[in-house]
Amino acid sequence: MEMYRSHVLVCAGAGCISSDCKSVQQALLANINDLRLDNEVKVVETGCMGPCDLGPVVMVFPDGVFYRKLKPEDTREIVNEHLLKGKVVTRLLHTPVGSTEKVTSINELEFFQRQTRIALRNTGLINPESVEEYIARDGYRALGKALSQMTPEEVVITIKESGLRGRGGAGFPTGLKWQFTAAAPGSPKYVVCNADEGDPGAFMDRSILEGDPHSVLEAMAICGYAIGADKGYIYVRAEYPLAVERLELAISKGREYGLLGENMFGTGFSFDVEIRVGAGAFVCGEETALLASIEGQRGEPRPKPPFPAQEGLWGKPTVINNVETLANIAQIILNGAPWYASMGTEKSKGTKVFALAGKVNNTGLVEVPMGTTLRDIIFDIGGGINGGKKFKAVQTGGPSGGCIPEAYLDTPVDYDSLNELGTIMGSGGMIIVDEDTCMVDLAKFFLDFVQDESCGKCAPCRIGTKRMLEILERITSGQGREGDIELLEELSYGIKNSALCGLGQTAPNPVLSTLRYFRHEYEAHIRDHKCPASACPELLTYYIDPRACKGCGVCSKACPSDAVLGEKKKPHTIDLNKCIKCGTCKQKCKFDAVITV
Amino acid sequence: MKSLAELDKLRDTLQQEMKARQGEHDVSIAVSMGTCGIAAGAREVVKVLLNELKEQELSYVALTQTSCVGLCRQEPLLEVKMGDEKVIYVNVDQEKAKEIVRRHLMRGEIIKEWTAS
Ligand SMILES: Cc1cc2nc3c(=O)[nH]c(=O)nc-3n(C[C@H](O)[C@H](O)[C@H](O)COP(=O)(O)O)c2cc1C
Ligand code: SF4
Ligand code: SF4
Ligand code: SF4
Ligand code: FES
Ligand code: FES
Repeated sequence: MEMYRSHVLVCAGAGCISSDCKSVQQALLANINDLRLDNEVKVVETGCMGPCDLGPVVMVFPDGVFYRKLKPEDTREIVNEHLLKGKVVTRLLHTPVGSTEKVTSINELEFFQRQTRIALRNTGLINPESVEEYIARDGYRALGKALSQMTPEEVVITIKESGLRGRGGAGFPTGLKWQFTAAAPGSPKYVVCNADEGDPGAFMDRSILEGDPHSVLEAMAICGYAIGADKGYIYVRAEYPLAVERLELAISKGREYGLLGENMFGTGFSFDVEIRVGAGAFVCGEETALLASIEGQRGEPRPKPPFPAQEGLWGKPTVINNVETLANIAQIILNGAPWYASMGTEKSKGTKVFALAGKVNNTGLVEVPMGTTLRDIIFDIGGGINGGKKFKAVQTGGPSGGCIPEAYLDTPVDYDSLNELGTIMGSGGMIIVDEDTCMVDLAKFFLDFVQDESCGKCAPCRIGTKRMLEILERITSGQGREGDIELLEELSYGIKNSALCGLGQTAPNPVLSTLRYFRHEYEAHIRDHKCPASACPELLTYYIDPRACKGCGVCSKACPSDAVLGEKKKPHTIDLNKCIKCGTCKQKCKFDAVITV
Repeated sequence: MKSLAELDKLRDTLQQEMKARQGEHDVSIAVSMGTCGIAAGAREVVKVLLNELKEQELSYVALTQTSCVGLCRQEPLLEVKMGDEKVIYVNVDQEKAKEIVRRHLMRGEIIKEWTAS
C-alpha cells in the first residue's frame, strides 16, 4: 500500500493555469525534495476547485488548509513551516470579502459551505489522470450496479424518476430522451456527449472533463446499456486541448481496467468511446449540426423533426447529452432517484453548476441546489459586487438568454422561473454587471457574437441579426431614430419565429430582455442622446470642473484635437465642437477635474 | 473488470491510500515539531510512525505535526487522539514510536510510563 501522511492538492484548472500554477507546483516539488519529504508528502494535480479568482490555489490535507494566490517563492514557507513543522502559514490564507478574519479550512469558506457538489463531486479533489482515485471515490460502481443488478428499463426509469433535465440548454428530461431512443427502431444506436461548450463565460463542462473525465465515460456507458448502444462519441472543441488529452488518457485507462471495451463486468455488455475534436463554432453545439460534424460534413443544423432520438448519427437513434448532464448520472444510479429528486424545485430537480463572471467578487464555479435564489448565488456565495458598486443585472444563458434586474434577485433559480423572467438557464453562465454597464451595449455585445457565429444557412438569422446589429450600433453611437425600438422588436419576433435552428431562434433574446427591463436606457440613447450608464463613449459630453481644475495644462497637451482651451494656472475649458470624445483628458488629469455626463 | 465484487475489492484497497484526503479524522497522531523537537529527533519519529502505519495498514490514522508546545526538555513529544481522548507521550524515540502504534493505536492500551506527568 502507498501511504503518505499529507496530500497537497494543487489546482491545475484553466483559471489557475492562467495565474501560473505550474511554476508554483514546480517550486513546491523542488522544496519538498530539498527537505526530503517526498516519501511523506504527495503532490496531486487536480481540476478546477472553484474559486478561480484566488488562483493559484492549493489545499493541504489531512488538515484541509486552503492557501490562495500563491507565488512560487511562497512554497518554501509552506514546506518549511506547514509540511515540516505543522504550522499553518497565516499570511497565505484567504480573507473573504466583507470579513476581517482569515479562513483556514475550505469548509469554513461560505463559497464552499453553500454548495452541494454532485456533478462537481470529484473535480478539484482527485487527480483526473488517475482512474484509481476515481475508483476509490466509488467510481464505476454505478456502471457495475447497472450492468449486473438492473435491467436497461430499470436504468431508464431511475433516470426518469430522478427528474434530471438536460444541462446543455434546453432542459429536456433526460430519462425521457433515453426512453425514446431505447424505443426507436434501428440499430446500431449511439451515445453522443456534447462537449462543445460555446457559451462565452461558461466553463463547467471543461472543468468536469479536465477534472473528472471518468465520470463522463462511466455515464456514457450506463446510457449505452440503457438504450442498447455499444458505441459513444465525445465531441470536444479544439480550444480544450487539456480536456482532450485527459479524456484520451481516461479512455485508455478505462480499457486497461476493463471498464470500457468487451464484456464489461462479465455481463457480455460491451461499450467503447471515441473522441471527435470540433473546430469550435458556436453553432456546432446545436445537436443536429454537431451530429453532421461528427459524420464529417459541414457543421450546419437541419430541421427537426426527425429528432436525434429517431434519426441521429448516420441516421440511427442517438442520445445526445451535455457533459454536466452526464456527470450526474452515476450518482443517481448509486443513490437512487428519490435522493436526487429530493433536491431542487418542483420541476427542476437536483443541482446546477453556475459559472460566475463579470463584476462579482468571487468569480468561478459553484454548484447549488436548483431553487437557490439569485441573491444567494451572487451576494452570499459570489461575495457581492466588486469595488462597492451597485448591482444592475445578471445575464443568464449567454447569447441565447437574457438579463434579470435587481427587482427579481429573490427569484429561486430553475428552468421555469428563468423562462418566466424572459431568459433561460442555458448552460449556467452568469455574467454580473454593475451600474457602469450600458444595457444597450450589453445587448449589442451578444448580438455581435451571434451575428458572427450564424452559419448563414437561413435568411432570418443571417440577415435579420445583421440588421438588428446595425440598429444597435446606431443607437449606441447617438444616431438612434424614433421607431428603432419598434423595429428591433419586429425583427426579433420575425427571427424567433422563422429561424431554422436554436441559434437564430434565441438570438434576439438579449435585445428583448434588455428592452423589457431597461427600455428607458434605449429611449435615453435615442431621444436624449445620453447613455445613462455613461458607458457609450460617443454619447458622453466632456467638461472641466472649474473648481477642481488647477490649470496644469496636461490635458491640453494630450488632447489630439486641440479642444482644451485655457491659460496656465487658470481653469481650462473644453470646446465641445472640437472634442472628439476620445477620453484622453479624463485619463491624464491628475486632479479628477474632467467630468463626463 | 469481471464483476462488481472485484471492483469493490479494488476500491477498498485504493480507499486506504486516499484516507489522508479526508478533512476529519477520529484518530490522529500529532508530533511536536518545534526547533528543539526536530533537534531531538522528531523527524525520525515521524518517518518511523509513517512506516509503521503503512506496515500495519492503519490508513485511517492522520499523522500531523504541531508547532512547539513549550516542553523542550521532554521532546520528541507526540499526542495521540482517539475520539475525545488525548494522550501526550514524551521523550519518544524510534522504538517507542513503534510501540505506541502497536499498543496504543492497535490495542487501545495507554502506555502510562511514557506519558507526560
Ligand atoms: C446554437 C446552439 C448552441 C448549443 N451549444 C451547446 C453546447 O455548447 N453544449 C451543449 O451541451 N449543448 C448545446 N446546445 C444544446 C444542444 O443542442 C442539445 O440540446 C444538448 O446538447 C442536449 O443535451 P442535454 O439534454 O443533456 O442538455 C446548443 C444549442 C444551440 C441551439
Ligand atoms: S438560425 Fe442561424 S445558425 Fe441556425 S441554421 Fe439558420 S443561419 Fe444557421
Ligand atoms: S489636466 Fe486637469 S487640472 Fe490640468 S488643466 Fe486639465 S483639467 Fe485642469
Ligand atoms: S475627450 Fe479627447 S478630444 Fe475631447 S477634450 Fe478630451 S482629449 Fe480632447
Ligand atoms: S482553475 Fe483553479 S480554482 Fe478554478
Ligand atoms: S521548541 Fe521545543 S518546546 Fe518550543
